[in-house]
Amino acid sequence: MAAHTATYDQSARKRLARALHYAAVVLLVFLLLTPLIAFLFNAFSFRWFYPQLFPTELSLRAWESIVAANSKVPEALLNSTILAVAVTFSSVVIGMPAARALGLYTFRGKRVIEFLIISPTIVPGIAVAMGLNINFIRWGLAGNLLGVGLVHLVPVMPYVVLTLAGVFANYDPDFEQQARSLGAGTLRTFWHVTLPAVFPGIVVASLFAYLISWSQYILTFLIGAGQVITMPVLLFSTASGSNNPLIAAMSLVFVAPSILILVLTARFLSGKSSAIGGFGQL
Amino acid sequence: MTFWDRWRIPIMLAPTLAVIVFLFLGGLAYGALVSLGWQPIIGRTEISLRAYHNIMFSEQYAEVFWQGLALTIWVSVGSTVISAMLALATALLLRRSFFGKRLATFLYQLNLPVPHVVAAIGILFLFSQSGLLSRTGAQLGLFDFPRDFPVVVKDKLGIGMILSFVWKEVPFVGVIVLAVLQSLGVDYEDLARSLGANRWQRFLYVILPLVMPGLLSGSILVFAFTFGSYEVPAILGVRFPRTLTVTAVRFFRNPDLNARTEGMAISIIISIIVFFLVLGYMWLSRRTVRGD
Repeated sequence: MAAHTATYDQSARKRLARALHYAAVVLLVFLLLTPLIAFLFNAFSFRWFYPQLFPTELSLRAWESIVAANSKVPEALLNSTILAVAVTFSSVVIGMPAARALGLYTFRGKRVIEFLIISPTIVPGIAVAMGLNINFIRWGLAGNLLGVGLVHLVPVMPYVVLTLAGVFANYDPDFEQQARSLGAGTLRTFWHVTLPAVFPGIVVASLFAYLISWSQYILTFLIGAGQVITMPVLLFSTASGSNNPLIAAMSLVFVAPSILILVLTARFLSGKSSAIGGFGQL
Repeated sequence: MTFWDRWRIPIMLAPTLAVIVFLFLGGLAYGALVSLGWQPIIGRTEISLRAYHNIMFSEQYAEVFWQGLALTIWVSVGSTVISAMLALATALLLRRSFFGKRLATFLYQLNLPVPHVVAAIGILFLFSQSGLLSRTGAQLGLFDFPRDFPVVVKDKLGIGMILSFVWKEVPFVGVIVLAVLQSLGVDYEDLARSLGANRWQRFLYVILPLVMPGLLSGSILVFAFTFGSYEVPAILGVRFPRTLTVTAVRFFRNPDLNARTEGMAISIIISIIVFFLVLGYMWLSRRTVRGD
């Protein structure tokens, strides 16, 4: 009898523990999602008076002004896309050889080089952008996409190089030797041997390069000098006003591509990859 | 040794180092020169620490600077510590196997690609005096007017900023910790359990030391980012005190080019503080935690 009560108690305790665990998970997910839900409420609301919890009048007004003829959103989306694509492509091209050198070889001064390459993740971009601003004006790089794209490379490079170096660390260059001994040229070897082997790394590196460039506000603002309107720049200036539905709708337009791309590339990601730190820079 | 063998590695490193040296170090170095008063464009070529002295000790700016520094440290240290603790707790929560774990983990990571500008706006929608939380309270009969709701965004204590950073960084650090936990499996804990360790002892002596390196490196990134972050304090801050980044940008945007010297000095101070705090932290953590 006593033994029976003991097992009963134990299973009841287990059930309670499981229920508490579920409650905690639900609470956690709820807390993380409410700010996002607030965007949906605001984006479709109209005359949403206090203390109504849910907007009683729904409206597409904010969305209409986003696609209206005088809207700056299309221009901002275009600029953000051009920048993100160009920065992603050039950062991978620039970073690939360095990643290969860091991943495959040991050489004197390697630690110093590694430290140099990751140092932009520690030093705030604001100091770098302010310092570059004056010279970029002089060189005609302020206020245009080229200059802004160049500055975006600074926060992007550490993550691209670290990610690709991690892939190259597990890469066997002998395959290239074999391909060459079978008569493949440099280009063919790269295309058919090297590229497929490091492809998952390129996907992750590109994901972070895109995300960091796409979300970049202060560097664009300081170097773009008000001439380069990207989505974060437009959203930031809209956010200083009080048109909540428009702010919310614009935020959703801004965030949607990032979430979509993350979902599409999630299978390449692992929390242990050094690139994951890029999420902290958005 | 052929030319290629000898110069291969420097040539491979060159493009990346060009970006780092010219844009990153070059920007910093030129910024440091400007902060020392070097501005040939407006005919100033003498080098001095006047701007630093001016912002730190002059009657006009001293209070702005020191109060701003205190706010910046408070917000970034507070955000980092809270985020790290909640990240560990939530990672442990999601580590257990339960029905719906995949969905919960997916939703946990959903805000990772959300930029800080958007996070700050979300916190505004939620915690402002007429925000969702205040409306919920009003429905429950707690408040009659928006003004009854406590000011937690655009507040002097930076609570809104901390909320915004914590919301963003908990999943960020959590994902790093979760990955470590999953790669460990349960072997170590089973071993500790078989040796008679209770739940608390297993956490303190087995799990914590194993996740510590990941937790620390995530926290370093969070601290460095929050200390130098601009968007969140600009959206969720007040006129006084302002964080150092916001003050620096205001100086920098002043039409009077002389003010750039002060703005630049503040951002150099921010960089120096972050750099040395991070170095010190890494040195300390390497002494107390053996990462390998």
